[in-house]
Amino acid sequence: MSLWEYANPKKFMDWTAPVLPWVAGSAALCLSVGLIWGFFFTPDDFRQGSTVKIIYLHVPAALMAINAWLMMLVASLIWLVRRHHVSALAAKAAAPVGITMTLIALATGALWGSPIWGTYWEWDPRLTSFLILFLFYLGYMALWSAIEDPDTAADLTSILCLVGSIFAILSRYAAQFWSQGLHQGASLSLDKEKNVSDVFWQPLVITMIGFGLLFLALVLLRTRTEIRMRRIKALHARARRA
Amino acid sequence: MKALLLRDLRLAIRAGGGFGLGLAFFLIVVVLVPFGVGPNADLLSIIAPGILWVAALLAALLSLDRIFALDFEDGSLGLLATSPLPLESVSVIKALAHWITTGLPLCFAAPVLGFLLHLSPDAYAYLILSLLIGTPGLSMIGTFGAALTVGLRRGGLLLSLLVLPLYVPTLIMGADAVRRGADGMAATTPLMLLGVITLGSIAVLPFATAAALRVNLR
Repeated sequence: MSLWEYANPKKFMDWTAPVLPWVAGSAALCLSVGLIWGFFFTPDDFRQGSTVKIIYLHVPAALMAINAWLMMLVASLIWLVRRHHVSALAAKAAAPVGITMTLIALATGALWGSPIWGTYWEWDPRLTSFLILFLFYLGYMALWSAIEDPDTAADLTSILCLVGSIFAILSRYAAQFWSQGLHQGASLSLDKEKNVSDVFWQPLVITMIGFGLLFLALVLLRTRTEIRMRRIKALHARARRA
Repeated sequence: MKALLLRDLRLAIRAGGGFGLGLAFFLIVVVLVPFGVGPNADLLSIIAPGILWVAALLAALLSLDRIFALDFEDGSLGLLATSPLPLESVSVIKALAHWITTGLPLCFAAPVLGFLLHLSPDAYAYLILSLLIGTPGLSMIGTFGAALTVGLRRGGLLLSLLVLPLYVPTLIMGADAVRRGADGMAATTPLMLLGVITLGSIAVLPFATAAALRVNLR
């Protein structure tokens, strides 16, 4: 009995079917608790007023935007090394969720930036890195949809994901070199003394867990859909041959 | 290897237009910019480094889909794959041929166009140097993109979508080196980082390119 047995499509469908409602339910719970707490039961910031509350959408979305790409990278590696079809399909399923998270982070950031920085957009390294991440997602998804043969598509997108990851990191540091930042540094970390105050911090962690669970639920759901689509295609092919 | 390089160069020159097309495109893009932003010399000299680099990038992009497409269609790519030469070397040679036919002429044409854009006199050395260092990287990255899309019927547009984000670090470092040169600052750091990107691409991407080619030839 090894972990890899769960990568069998049949087994995957079997174990995800009961797990999925629980994941989705706890995502909904965390998000509603975190967002309601964050929006209605935290004080306004003394300088930013209530605009500070956009943090409960912005930070978790940005977190998941990066982690979605990371998950695609791991899934691509598993596909290239062990050739588990579920892995390739999970990477495919994660891309649209990741690009949506990137867009949410960019849009909420722009809405917050307008009153606080006085501009919707600034060519700041962090903002620029996210825009480039968005372009990488776009290219990745375009390559998936352009290739008909599923195995070829999985192989080529996995290679692109690997190379893209290197260049995404390169672009991030190149952008830092290229322009001075306007975006504040990390204010939520485990190893620093100065963090954001507790009243804002606690609901934020709950929304971050909520976004993580939401991502997991969406990816599981989309992977299940992809597997079913694969099966339908196989059934059609069999029916045509018969 | 030498034979393959010579063959690719001959094909590029004799196939008509391949050699000069990128150069002409570079010229036209640069000439169009003043029409777009107005003939103000101060403004042009400020944006010249960026314009020259962006135009060089687009010109390099233009001829990418030719790298593998013709060989793929007539089956010579399959022959190359079964030849004793590893596909990794083939991809390096293809990138080199692309650089000689596109990147190298750009390096020498760029100063003339810099003159048109009122580029600061201090920046010419850095412009040529940064293009010489950066364009081999552009060719290698582009070869990787071409290998990914070689099996597609209409891969051209997709190719640009895939390759342009990969060009971002090169563009940042290249244009920054020229800008620093124009402002009279030391440009060694961006030039060295540009070299890092190019050498890193040449070290890593042939393997990714060959892997993509093998998938497409399956």
